Amino acid sequence: MSLLELRGVSGGYGQVNVLHSLDLEAQEGEVAVILGANGAGKTTTLRAICGMLDKVDGEVFFDGSEITKMSTQAIARAGIAHVPQGRGTFGDLSVDENLRLGAISRSDGGVGADLDRSYEMFPRLGERRFQAAGSMSGGEQQMLAIARALMSRPRLLLLDEPSLGLAPLITRDLFQQLGRINAEEGLTMVVVEQNASLALDIAHHGFVLETGTMVVTGSAESLAADESVRNAYLGF
Amino acid sequence: MELFFNQFFNGIGSGVVYASVALALVIIYRTTGVLNFAQGEMALFSTFITWWFTDQGLGIVPAILLSILVSMVGGAVIERLLIRPVESDKSPLNVVIVTLGLFLAFNALAQLIFIKPGAEALQMPNLFPSGNISSSIGIRKSTIGYAAILVVECVLLWLLLQKTKVGLKLRAVASNPESSKLVGINTGVMLMTGWGLAAGIGALAGSLAAMRGTGFDTSLMQQVLVYAFAAAALGGFDSPLGAVVGGLIVGVAESLTVQYGHYIGLDGIELVVPFVLILVVLLVKPNGLFGRNIVERV
Repeated sequence: MSLLELRGVSGGYGQVNVLHSLDLEAQEGEVAVILGANGAGKTTTLRAICGMLDKVDGEVFFDGSEITKMSTQAIARAGIAHVPQGRGTFGDLSVDENLRLGAISRSDGGVGADLDRSYEMFPRLGERRFQAAGSMSGGEQQMLAIARALMSRPRLLLLDEPSLGLAPLITRDLFQQLGRINAEEGLTMVVVEQNASLALDIAHHGFVLETGTMVVTGSAESLAADESVRNAYLGF
Repeated sequence: MELFFNQFFNGIGSGVVYASVALALVIIYRTTGVLNFAQGEMALFSTFITWWFTDQGLGIVPAILLSILVSMVGGAVIERLLIRPVESDKSPLNVVIVTLGLFLAFNALAQLIFIKPGAEALQMPNLFPSGNISSSIGIRKSTIGYAAILVVECVLLWLLLQKTKVGLKLRAVASNPESSKLVGINTGVMLMTGWGLAAGIGALAGSLAAMRGTGFDTSLMQQVLVYAFAAAALGGFDSPLGAVVGGLIVGVAESLTVQYGHYIGLDGIELVVPFVLILVVLLVKPNGLFGRNIVERV
């Protein structure tokens, strides 16, 4: 069953449409990756899902109910965690506070246990627990952003270019970790990424965007194997 | 030397008022990024509300507490109805204009509602007994009282901001509004909370200021607001601790120059001193004494 579904979504900023009647689906428990060149509308697609555009036409469904007109904070509380481009950490708050903010909308008693789990999963964050988030390296901040998103116990995780500004080795580790989280916990993810080969490695489905329109969709293997797609859109 | 100490502690008394208003300015600036020029006049209106409650026969303590409560609700409503609709990323000046409008509006409203034609200055009942703490030490009992209130105020505020969920949300919205929405925080409610908090602090500050003189009228907070801005700039606009320290420094500096300026034949020079202080601090340390250096990595 599809956990997330976009039907004919158009939208953008001010009077300018960036997306043109876009369809996209993410199956429960799978990783979907959105690929495409700069300016193709990948970030805008994620922002459309989270109610962060000035206007949206079409329909966005999450877990069977429509969320198109809901506010960003209500969508977050409904179970969608979004790690924005540039990570969106609370720079002057501590690592610990950042993680607690991830769970701020939860009312169950498991927050403490999940904090411990975050520090287990990302030991570097444990070492820097009381340090200001903004003083950490880019890779550490990306870990923090992902750990914070997981603290909300989301049903769907949106990741906007997690590799941006990271060294290749750190990027590879990060994607391995994302693949592991998906495999072990069955967390559904939609990942926007420039680094197509790394992203397709952990993905089940791929979507290729060009100037706001979906031009190719298919299984991750078929996209990676299709030479014409690789040459035209993916560059590897 | 005794004179010096007398004036020093006298300055602490007014410093507490400057510190409180500066604290209110900093709270709003940190949570919403707005410099609220109407902060002083909002506090003035709250002061009249306190006075009105005492005029109805209430004791000064319940009157102040009720006034703080009314002001907090009023501050939240002002944010929702008057500030948020005009807020826009494209022209941040809109909000400044509205707060300047509120400045005039609250002053006029206070005059209209509370001052009867031809009436003299109003009297605010004293919260603290008059006189010095002992015949040998020239410190007024009220100065100790003001200082104690400031300490309690700071501790409560610190507990709220650092130890509660609401405080964490307020700091999150100040740090990164977009990410706050992404973790599910209703940022609008937090902006209202920030304004409510500041209005409550202002109500207390105004009520205390009104006790200090021989009576008060609608000009009570105008000089206070300017000195509070000085205090906030001195301490660093994003630092509550800085606001308090800045307020005390400005208060003491003002008090000492009133005294010694008179000796050297420069009456009125005290108005200049806070600004010289600010100028020096801003030249040497542009973020203020306690302001953060913004650290950001990409």
